[in-house]
Amino acid sequence: MHIVVCIKQVPDSAQIRIHPVTNTIMRQGVPAIINPFDLFSLEEALRIKDKVGARVTVLTMGPPMAETSLRKALSLGADDAVLLTDRKFAGSDTLATSYALTSAIKKLSEEETVDLVFCGKQTVDGDTAQVGPGIATRLGFQQLTYITKIESIDQGAKEIVVHRRSEGGVQVLKTALPCMITMLEGTNTIRFGKMDDMFRAARYGLKTWNKDTTGAEETKVGLKGSPTVVSKVFVPKPRAQKATMVEAESPTAEAQAAAAVDAILGAQPKLADELLARAAAGL
Amino acid sequence: MSEPSKPQGRKFQLPEHLKEYKGIWVIVEQERGSVHSVSWELVGEARKLADKLGVEVGAVVLGAESPELNAICGDAFTYGADVVYKVTDPVLADYRTDPYTRVMTDVVNTYKPEIVLLGATTLGRDLAGAIATTLATGLTADCTELDIYMDNRSLAATRPTFGGTLLCTIQTLAYRPQMATVRPRVMSMPDRDDSRSGRVVEVFPNLRETDVITKVLSFIADREQNEAQLAFADIIVAAGKGLGKPENLKLVFDLAKVLGGEVGVTRPLVQAGWTGFDRQVGQTGKTVRPKLYIAAGISGAIQHRVGMEKSDLILAINTDPNAPIFDFAHLGLVGDALTILPALTDAFGKRLSVNRLAG
Ligand SMILES: Cc1cc2nc3c(=O)[nH]c(=O)nc-3n(C[C@H](O)[C@H](O)[C@H](O)COP(=O)(O)OP(=O)(O)OC[C@H]3O[C@@H](n4cnc5c(N)ncnc54)[C@H](O)[C@@H]3O)c2cc1C
Ligand SMILES: Cc1cc2nc3c(=O)[nH]c(=O)nc-3n(C[C@H](O)[C@H](O)[C@H](O)COP(=O)(O)OP(=O)(O)OC[C@H]3O[C@@H](n4cnc5c(N)ncnc54)[C@H](O)[C@@H]3O)c2cc1C
Repeated sequence: MHIVVCIKQVPDSAQIRIHPVTNTIMRQGVPAIINPFDLFSLEEALRIKDKVGARVTVLTMGPPMAETSLRKALSLGADDAVLLTDRKFAGSDTLATSYALTSAIKKLSEEETVDLVFCGKQTVDGDTAQVGPGIATRLGFQQLTYITKIESIDQGAKEIVVHRRSEGGVQVLKTALPCMITMLEGTNTIRFGKMDDMFRAARYGLKTWNKDTTGAEETKVGLKGSPTVVSKVFVPKPRAQKATMVEAESPTAEAQAAAAVDAILGAQPKLADELLARAAAGL
Repeated sequence: MSEPSKPQGRKFQLPEHLKEYKGIWVIVEQERGSVHSVSWELVGEARKLADKLGVEVGAVVLGAESPELNAICGDAFTYGADVVYKVTDPVLADYRTDPYTRVMTDVVNTYKPEIVLLGATTLGRDLAGAIATTLATGLTADCTELDIYMDNRSLAATRPTFGGTLLCTIQTLAYRPQMATVRPRVMSMPDRDDSRSGRVVEVFPNLRETDVITKVLSFIADREQNEAQLAFADIIVAAGKGLGKPENLKLVFDLAKVLGGEVGVTRPLVQAGWTGFDRQVGQTGKTVRPKLYIAAGISGAIQHRVGMEKSDLILAINTDPNAPIFDFAHLGLVGDALTILPALTDAFGKRLSVNRLAG
């Protein structure tokens, strides 16, 4: 079994700062991490490897410095790593990104047929959740998003049973390999790396591919290959009005609560009616 | 949030063969006979955009033939659709990516809408990504505002990025249809107009179950799992780290009970294991739009704010008069949530029971 896990290197979003004057993102000094959502998928792939045996390849498209994230994934137990990097890929939207990543997965499949592709549910920077479905569609793989649990995987019959989160419940799905899976967050906890994997990761000669290596067409990548155009970026306008402070007759909790109830029911007469109607009905 | 101040569309010529794409579609999300409310919110929004462009609103309803499905088609008109594309086949009874994508791309290629909108739900995001890739067109994710740049008649779709610290407006220029997913509860629910009706276009895709590889073995409803139903709650009492310790969550549950509401929390509480992920409000949790949101001991971080700021009325209780939450709450109370919450429970309880006696 050959599993490809797509990981994206992202800025640690908790530390994103906006330049107060120019309103631009200040990336300098912001540490880069593996997209947190991708770790749930990486862990699931490694669990399959532990359970039924598999070769796990991690793949990222990004600038040369994204190598750091690949080495991190190797230290956690991935077997192989591919850095897809080319200036021509810059400015790719999700359609172009899924095209470029798919070209690399197809090339990997020539070495050893790929049975499973894992992606994160979404990233914390672009945040679209579109790249996974894009890859599945391009490869003609069954698409399994928001998976909460892989119940069983049968290598011989090439069958997999999963739980998929949907609105209002969980779908239990059975399908055939190959498929593309995105794991829901919180479904597992990423392991600590083993010492020998860490040593191996530091020295590992990972693959560095560009547009020509994978045979990606120039018109389908980068800005040229991207139907969407960002026409403006701006900081949300703060709401014009600040909160009206509730004034109580005395500083006791009771007086404050009474004043707050008055303020709420006064501001929302309709809500007051509904609450009273519900209370009157004894609900 | 701000409106794009003036049309800023790029100058470009739409290729001739794309000019025949007309009308705004909403893919109505229905599962087991009930519609996700975001679909009607989008029909309402599509109505506004279509009136600007002078085109029709189409609602696409997919599923297996049933009385419920017919009722949904009728509802689409009352919320603002002009045409309903009713696509029925037994294979479409349960949502699966593959048959839904195949059918939708065919219908789009046949009727050629210029804009296609879906809810940014688990179903909508799954389906939209597959359709847009098959059609090789642009898709803007998780939008919070839609508008039309009249100079080139293109969709201006605005979405938060970097967890809401920035907004960006995205256009799909020389490709059709222009696609977008929109967060639930961001657009307001349109009023019903039962006098409205329109055309129904029936589509029979003739699918074969044997062609579909993925099978639905079963469905485990959340109702059977005691999951909190935050997204549809009218009243939410939410707790943050200011509550100090897990035992104090009882205070918000008590108040929620008196009000007939649900309990929400900030992410740190979920991470610390105080309660389940189903109660998390915010960027990586639920987006909510209740009539009343009481935020107790919550600072108002942007990742929390984006999930609740559209609430009709927000009351914030915080010991720190400079907490950011007071910048966008409607009502503010500076004080200790640990004493104010029980007092609120009492005050509401009294107020409501007095009325019950009087009534
Ligand atoms: C402000 C802003 C807004 C944007 N909005 C849109 C938009 O609305 N529509 C659009 O089409 N594009 C948009 N883009 C472009 C988009 O962010 C890029 O295409 C990006 O390369 C991939 O999208 P994502 O980060 O949303 O990934 P997602 O689709 O959220 O990622 C899902 C998963 O796919 C995999 N993956 C994604 N990128 C890579 C990668 N480079 N290498 C390996 N695996 C990867 C990971 O497993 C990831 O968890 C936007 C970009 C910016 C800066
Ligand atoms: C990628 C990413 C995604 C995230 N997603 C989410 C998300 O979906 N949802 C979310 O909520 N957060 C999310 N966060 C976390 C977010 O940034 C904040 O850390 C979080 O919302 C803060 O929670 P809080 O308000 O409970 O805690 P704090 O920020 O610590 O605020 C506690 C507040 O309580 C007040 N207080 C203290 N004692 C009392 C008292 N006795 N009575 C009244 N007030 C008191 C304090 O003055 C303070 O304002 C995310 C972060 C990241 C990086």
